[in-house]
Amino acid sequence: MAEKLLQVSGVSKHFGGFTALAGVSLDIAEGERFGLIGPNGSGKTTLINCISGLLRNDGGTITFGERDITSLPPYQRTRLGITRSFQVPRPFSTMSVLENLLVPTAYVLHLKDSEGEARAMEILESMGLADKAQALAKELSQVELRKLELARAMAAKPRLLISDEAMAGLAGNEVDEVLEILFALNAKGITIIMIEHIMQAVMRFSQRVVCLDAGRIICEGTPASIVQNPDVQKAYLGA
Amino acid sequence: MKFWLSCLGIAIAAGALALSAANEYLFFAGFVVLTFIVLATAWNILGGYAGYVNFGTSAFFGSGAYAAVVLFQALGAPLLVQIAAGALTGALLGFGVGIMTLRLRGIFFAIATVAVVFIMETLMINWRYVGGATGLQLQRPEAMAPFATYARMLFFVMTLMAIAAVGIARYIQTSWVGRGLRAVRDSEEAAEANGVPTLKLKLIACVVSGGLMGAAGAPMPMYLSFIEPASTFSLNWAIGALAAPMIGGTIHWLGPVIGAILLSSLQQIVTVTISGEMNVLVVGVLLVLFVVLAPDGVLGLFKRWLKSSSR
Repeated sequence: MAEKLLQVSGVSKHFGGFTALAGVSLDIAEGERFGLIGPNGSGKTTLINCISGLLRNDGGTITFGERDITSLPPYQRTRLGITRSFQVPRPFSTMSVLENLLVPTAYVLHLKDSEGEARAMEILESMGLADKAQALAKELSQVELRKLELARAMAAKPRLLISDEAMAGLAGNEVDEVLEILFALNAKGITIIMIEHIMQAVMRFSQRVVCLDAGRIICEGTPASIVQNPDVQKAYLGA
Repeated sequence: MKFWLSCLGIAIAAGALALSAANEYLFFAGFVVLTFIVLATAWNILGGYAGYVNFGTSAFFGSGAYAAVVLFQALGAPLLVQIAAGALTGALLGFGVGIMTLRLRGIFFAIATVAVVFIMETLMINWRYVGGATGLQLQRPEAMAPFATYARMLFFVMTLMAIAAVGIARYIQTSWVGRGLRAVRDSEEAAEANGVPTLKLKLIACVVSGGLMGAAGAPMPMYLSFIEPASTFSLNWAIGALAAPMIGGTIHWLGPVIGAILLSSLQQIVTVTISGEMNVLVVGVLLVLFVVLAPDGVLGLFKRWLKSSSR
């Protein structure tokens, strides 16, 4: 296994009396394509909120590279190289698509606008959004919004990209489009955590998959072994 | 460059007007309009750019006024020192309030800022040195040359302050801080996830905004030759500071200026021609009209008009 990029050890999170995460541990290697699955309410989004810093975990530690990031605010984690897309797209809706990307280029890479724009246009082109650069984010279609989420996350030059259901609600060919983008990013050396309900997509994309249920990891393995696993079948289908 | 040249032009015009033989009332009314330009511009830095609605403008304005009074009473400090003290007090209050309340969102933040007004007012009511609830008569010094009267001098000073406030707001809007604040307004979670230190930026906005409001309040006691808590901390300041950007437009520095000039001039006219009570109604009616019919303010209307006429 290649070098570890992200180490989650014994992370737990409670909301009042509800245990959303009960001691989750996982390691993610540099360059890996990692899939995170689990039924609704199993704690996937809570876990990545803890990794990206939007939520502070109650127990356990999170290490990125060599650094313990457990108590860092989200913006510092982004500056270290962890970026994410949101399950429900959260564009900067009063800004143009291009300006959306200038936020991370200015705040993470500290680029001047002229340099930031060059980088942003490059990313938009690679995602097929270049012709929308001047459009306001609130005028975009659903699939364009998903792409904007990914483009903005990419603008910060991440080492780790967390894609939170980037394909939910998209049509078949649109799913393929987004998948292709993610494959291309990974080929550039970016580690990717994919959270997805569309099984076909996760299974095609991931090298390794972890399944969460009720805040615990119930199994881990290659996509093929995961679908065969009786615990996973039980979690999804009930028994 | 064009901006600063027009500022210079405005300053010169204001100076010339103050030295001319124009009716004294013009300066009395003009001073209030200018005060509202500063307040609205200051409010917009936090309320418009970052989307954090501050209902506590009166607290910042009032603490600036009282800081000026304290310095005047204790040391006989000149006007410029009073203004500096007002700005500092407002900024410090902004920092304190910001640290405590900027983690709150939306309506909760707004309510917390209202509370600050009552706290400050209660403190001043119970402070004998500044006159307590009954207030304090102030003997204002002679106007500085070349101005013939104190009101003319205040008018000119307030013009400079309004220019400074607008300059600061414009700088913030176009700098990296401005883009970060807009990101905060659109989605705070996404802003953080894209490297924006949201709390720090909101604090900067709150401190600058509070400082400007404090500065705007500092000349008021000298203007009235009097200070008293109820009118100093009156919510009318807060409503006016909030209504002007809403009416003018919140996304551009010009919005609050347009709004304050429209609203405050209209109020002055109504006060003189109809009654002093009616002028508050003007704010209410205009605010409702704009929120319903032109949510992006005068600037929004203008943009829409530009768009439709270019087609």
